[in-house]
Formats: sequence, C-alpha cells, structure tokens
Amino acid sequence: MSRRIRNFLLLAPAGAWFLVMLVLPLAVVIIFSFGERGPAGGYVPAFTLAQYANLPARWAAFRNTMMLAPTGTVAALVIAYPLAYFLAVRVSARWKMTLLVLVIVPFWTSILIRSYAWIFLLGGRGIPALLDLIGISDLRLINTPFAVLVGIVYGYLPLMVFPIYVSLDRLDKRLLEAAADLGARPWAAFVQITLPMSIPGIATGCMLVFILLMGEYLIPALLGGGKVFFVGNALVDLFLQSRNWAFGSAVAATLVIVMLVTVSIYMRLMARLGNGRDDVSLM
Amino acid sequence: MRLYAALVYLFLYIPIGVIALFSFTAGRHASQLQGLSVQWYGKALHNPFVMDALQTSLMVALISATLASTFGAMAAVALQGLRGPVRVAFDGLIYIAVMIPGIVIGIATLIALVTLFAGLNPIIAAVWPAGSAPPQLGLGIGSLVAAHTMFLMALCIIIVRARLSGMDRSLTEASSDLYATPMGTFRQVTLPLIFPAILAGFLLSFTFSFDDFIIAFFVAGSETTLPIYVFSSIRRGVTPEINAIGTMVLAVSLTVLMVAQFLLRRGANKGGGA
Repeated sequence: MSRRIRNFLLLAPAGAWFLVMLVLPLAVVIIFSFGERGPAGGYVPAFTLAQYANLPARWAAFRNTMMLAPTGTVAALVIAYPLAYFLAVRVSARWKMTLLVLVIVPFWTSILIRSYAWIFLLGGRGIPALLDLIGISDLRLINTPFAVLVGIVYGYLPLMVFPIYVSLDRLDKRLLEAAADLGARPWAAFVQITLPMSIPGIATGCMLVFILLMGEYLIPALLGGGKVFFVGNALVDLFLQSRNWAFGSAVAATLVIVMLVTVSIYMRLMARLGNGRDDVSLM
Repeated sequence: MRLYAALVYLFLYIPIGVIALFSFTAGRHASQLQGLSVQWYGKALHNPFVMDALQTSLMVALISATLASTFGAMAAVALQGLRGPVRVAFDGLIYIAVMIPGIVIGIATLIALVTLFAGLNPIIAAVWPAGSAPPQLGLGIGSLVAAHTMFLMALCIIIVRARLSGMDRSLTEASSDLYATPMGTFRQVTLPLIFPAILAGFLLSFTFSFDDFIIAFFVAGSETTLPIYVFSSIRRGVTPEINAIGTMVLAVSLTVLMVAQFLLRRGANKGGGA
C-alpha cells in the first residue's frame, strides 16, 4: 500500500467528520445570520444585514460579557500566580507533582456540579447564615455579579495555575542566586527576573480562561439568577425559547468575531512582550 | 506562602466536600445535616428518570470516546511527518474545533442538522418502499454522539500528536534499519509507545462527554443526559438527591482522571529518554 493511500485512509474519517460536524454547521450559522426569521421561528432565506443591525438589542449581554470576562480573568490570575509560584519555586520535588495534580483535577470534573456547589454555599442558608452569626445580616450573595465572579474564579483557576507553573518551573534558579549575589533584594529579583520570565505562562493562562469565559453560559445561569447574563445566556434564549435562528446566528457569529479579534490583538501584544510562544498542554 | 497555598486548596475542595457531606444527610432538606444516611443515594438510584439519564450519558460517552480516540489516533499518525496543504487544513480545523465556544458548536450543530433533516426526510419518505413507515431523522443520541466526537477527536489528535513528537525518532529508524516493514514498525514500535496516549485521550474524552452540558442542551433533542437532568432539577430547587447525584458524578470523573493521569505519566517515562 503506498504511503499516499495509507494517509488518505487514516485521515478520511476525521476529515469527513470535521467537514460535516464543524465546517458545515459553522457555514450554516454564517448563512443564516444574513437571513430572516420565519413567522413561526426558524429561518427564511434572504440576504439582509438586518440581523446585524439589530445587535444593539442584545447590547447588555455583550457588555456584561466584555466586562466580567476580563475581570474574571484578572481575578483568576491574581489568585493563581502566588500559588503557581509556590508550586514551582518553593515546594520540594517530592510533593510538586501531587500538589499540581490536585490543582488541575477539578478542572476536568463537572463544571455544572462545581457551580451548583456555590448555589449551595452562597445561598441563604450557606455563607450568609454563617455571617449572620457574627452580626453581618441581610447580606445577599447569590444572584449577584459577585457570585458569578466567584463561580468563574472557582471554575477556571486550575487552567490559570498550570501554564504559569510551567513557565516558572522552567526558570533557571541560578539567575535568582546570581541576582542575590549581586546584592538584589528578593523583591527586586522578582520584579526584574521572575515576573518577566513568567510572562508567556501568564499570557497563555489568561488567553485560555478568557476564551472559555466568552462563551460561558452555566455559571451566569446558575449563580447570576437571570440578572447577570452573558452572550451565552442570550444565545440559549434566542435558540431554545424564541427560536429566532437568524438573529441568534448573527449574535453567535459576532461573538466568535469579537473573540477572534480580541485574542489576536492580545497575542500580538504578548508576542511583543515575551519571547516566542509557549507550548502548553492542559493535562 | 504555605498558608496562602493551603487557603487556595481549601477554596478548591471545600465546595466539593460540602456537596459530598450534605449528600449523606438523613433529613429531608438539602441545607440541613441531620444524622448520616445513604438514603438519598438509594432514592437517586431508584429514580427511573435518573437511571434513564445516566444510561444515556454513559452510552453517549462510551461511543463518542471510542470513535474520537480511534479516528483521532489514526489522524495523528497520518499527520505526523505530513507537510503541505492537507496538514495546514487539518491544523486549522483542529484549532477551530478547540477555539470555538462549546455553545456555538451546540447551536451550529442544532440548526445545521435540523435543516439537513428537514431536507432529507421527504426524500427518504419518497424512496422508501411502500408498506412500512419510513424512518424519521431527528435530533437524539446520534446527533449528540456526532457532535461530541467532532470536538473530542480534535482533543485526541492533540494528545496523541504530543506523544508522537516526544517519541524518540531513533526507535523507528532502528526498526526499519533492521528490515521491519512499515506496518511491522508501526505495530511493534509506534503503537505500543502511543497506546498510553490513546487510552488517556479515550478517558479524557469519556469524562468530557459524560460531564458536557452545553452541547447536549442543544443537540440532544428529546433525550435527557445526566447533566441536563441535574440542570433542570437545580432550576426546581436544591435537594439532597442532587447532592447525591453530584457526588456520584464527581466520583466517576475523579476515578477516570486518576487512571488517565497514571497512564500519561507512565507513558512519558517509558518513551521519554533515549
């Protein structure tokens, strides 16, 4: 069997699958976004930009997403960085792997159940009831932007810790010793050596978390109680409730475009800051 | 520093622990811990809706993970050492599959398949022999498996490829120097080395498919998977039964993950050094 035929046979199932289940559906979204809504929902063929012109109707969802996704990313970074530093620099080799796995494992378990846990904790009989005991009463936590932010940090922290850990772990510790020998204070060594060296990891972590947050639905749906909604919540509403496929497709296409533009600007900025990109796997 | 790390670990594991703890309540309310019992596990396991949903989820996860790891591994082997437009196209497709939010994959699959089926069903009905009712194509387990497999295939290709590129080249070269046929080299050298990665890909795919809510929400049609069941139950109110189901779901994922982690690490040790 020639190499060419062998490769063709090996690639055919995956290629066909991508074609039917990825390329075709995405093409349908783009085509439908230029169409019109049918009288009973669904889609009627047309070529109009009316759906895109109507986008401001969902402005609140885009605004919430574009505010809470970066805020959540930064919050996750602030909490993740010291932990990643601790794991990479301070922990002995014996415990490193175990502690790292303990951080990553939650990410691969059900985000639904993990967000549900916070409904439980932030709800009236959870943390607010405990705070009531020490005199802080009538504090509402669930169904607020704060609850959504807690859910985001909780859900995506592992994804932020891992790439930062990888970049810090690669750092040559002799650089820090040399800095100390030359009289640099620990803080100065951190700002001038450790932090710049970990920028690729920070960039990767922020990008991974940000991409996933842009399409988030579950966390705002469960912890935001309908008051804090993302583009994802608008999409569920448009496709499963009002069945407005044409407008929904325009919203989905816009979401992907906004995401791609943000990410490519971000990557260009980071490429200028750091030196080259980092290959990081999630497991 | 140690204290900070301990606090973060508490933050990560307390919510999971609380769910597990409250699932053992003997009381009737989710938020009160009155004595310990496993009654809610019994209730959950005797609830026909839960068992139906569990069966659907397990079946979808098993089929999707099998298809994704098989086709993904095949593609990864072919892509290794391949240059040119085919390689570029596949790299692009894998990148898109991983980058596009799950919710967009869900809605895109929904509207594409519904439109496709609306076009195909009359044709099938027209050519179907008279006397028996023609089958109606619709959303369900099939469409869910197809959508999961697409995404997970991209994941498996990435995992197996990482293993292949970390593999010591001299092993396959030595094999062909010793007059092994390409097929023999593949069977006796390459496959044993990438097998842990394929298995890890299968297990990760399994947990992902088993836990997926958002894609299933759109393309499962009238079928209910376990996450869909849990989501709609949460909407109706928090009960100890959800805690019990949640604890079991977490336990399943954790077990599968531990096995995957073990396999990936063992695989890395075996083929890592020259």
